[in-house]
Amino acid sequence: MSTTNREELQNLIHEVLEVYPEKAKKDRAKHLMVNDKALESAKKCITSNRKSVPGVMTMRGCAYAGSKGVVWGPIKDIIDISHGPIGCGQYARGGRRNYMNGVSGVDSFCDINFSSDFQEKDIVFGGDKKLAKLIDELETLFPLSKGISIQSECPVGLIGDDIEAVSKKKAAEIGKTIVPVRCEGFRGVSQSLGHHIANDAVRDWILPTRDDKRPEAGPYDVAILGDYNIGGDAWASRILLEEMGLNVVAQWSGDGTLPEMENTPAVKLNLLHCYRSMNYISRHMEEKYGIPWMEYNFFGPTKIKESLREIASHFDDKIKEGAERVIAKYTPAMEEIIAKFKPRLEGKKVMLYVGGLRPRHVIGAYEDLGMEVVGTGYEFAHNDDYDRTIKEMGDATLIYDDATGHELEDFVMAMKPDLIGSGIKEKYVFHKMGYPFRQLHSWDYSGPYHGYDGFAVFARDMDMTLNNPVWKMMQAPWKA
Amino acid sequence: MANIMIRKSAAGGLVFYLPKRDLEDTVTSIEFDTPEKWGGELKLANGGVYYIDPQPLPARFPLSLRAKRLDAAEQ
Repeated sequence: MSTTNREELQNLIHEVLEVYPEKAKKDRAKHLMVNDKALESAKKCITSNRKSVPGVMTMRGCAYAGSKGVVWGPIKDIIDISHGPIGCGQYARGGRRNYMNGVSGVDSFCDINFSSDFQEKDIVFGGDKKLAKLIDELETLFPLSKGISIQSECPVGLIGDDIEAVSKKKAAEIGKTIVPVRCEGFRGVSQSLGHHIANDAVRDWILPTRDDKRPEAGPYDVAILGDYNIGGDAWASRILLEEMGLNVVAQWSGDGTLPEMENTPAVKLNLLHCYRSMNYISRHMEEKYGIPWMEYNFFGPTKIKESLREIASHFDDKIKEGAERVIAKYTPAMEEIIAKFKPRLEGKKVMLYVGGLRPRHVIGAYEDLGMEVVGTGYEFAHNDDYDRTIKEMGDATLIYDDATGHELEDFVMAMKPDLIGSGIKEKYVFHKMGYPFRQLHSWDYSGPYHGYDGFAVFARDMDMTLNNPVWKMMQAPWKA
Repeated sequence: MANIMIRKSAAGGLVFYLPKRDLEDTVTSIEFDTPEKWGGELKLANGGVYYIDPQPLPARFPLSLRAKRLDAAEQ
């Protein structure tokens, strides 16, 4: 990339920041950068994981969203109680499409909203009695659940309810795992702290329960961590690992179960897909149980190939051969897909603004299709995510942290990408502006996108969106 | 005092991790590095300096420890 491009982007950042008051401008300037691949560390160029500026439109969520929505929600045989007023539970229900096998309401509970529905009197007199009663009701109505988690909403922390005491008491009474999670929404600056709190709750309340009675591990046992089975992602990843000879014993947490999680410390290797939301538990298992972990990337054939080989390098020749066999088996099919879609997508520019891993993980998949990612950014990443991102992104591309509504819209208007990938809150704004858009949090009602099978769907979806004739018929209402 | 975790990197060096701040960095130097006495001042690649009580070389990594911040690179 040329230096003029770099200068242009710097000017663009400068222009976009112009509308802010002095203090906000200074603050936001630290969150925007033009990528320089030569950088060793992102720290000096981009600040992340800081409180959003009051008054801007941020796209972040809260700690409750990170815990209930991301980490705990997809575990299918645990009932997650949204403990507090009804709204948080209701609006967090079923939006993420983390698929599961099982009969809903009998042995699987991902798609049901359980809430203690706080009223004024619960705030005044405390909600502990109600929680105890609620757990009894759950036991009567859903006896096949394997456990219960209590996901605190803001008021629980504010009034100082002792959910830990209720959990211990009721767990002894009903003989099931009950996990209190202190993920009140006001904690932290984004959903990221919710992930951390959720990981810590798993560490403290789930893993130790079987420390003395864990089964002997097989030589090829692995666990998939940080795959939430959105649109079937974890299944598309799992079959590849099994085909190369590994034994996947646990999925955290998409389509996962409580016994799987309890037995995870018996595996040989933890495979970590979403680094941001599950590195904490991986580090803990590495320390306490001596299980190594590695990050992998199952988006697009190039990255899958690299990842399969890297995973295999932790095992013996049988698995290494297995990896080569899997790569050889799927390569012709992948070439066919690329031959079909690359001519339609080549040279197109993409801008991303998503959550924890996709802003860097999907870059490879776009490049496989001949597309170029010109801007990327995270809602809630930390410095270590940006360290990884600057290496994946091209030189002189734009990187934005916790971008505001205004910034993102202005960047798009200036850079005129051919495709935007972001969340549901951004989707309709860009639709109205006439830009092709994919909702990349839950794959826009499609998926899976992981694995070789997922890439076929990914390529088709990108083509379907980008080359849709409807965009040429639209004009932004303010331009009419 | 802060809880930190020290792990061995694939290359063999030490990696410093501070969960509270999600700060991960390589350790560039360690004051004492013998089997009997290990610890002291840790210098990080980002310029930060932390102190851990000298102790016998731990049998295995990763290891969680308490560390004192002498000089932080970022606020």
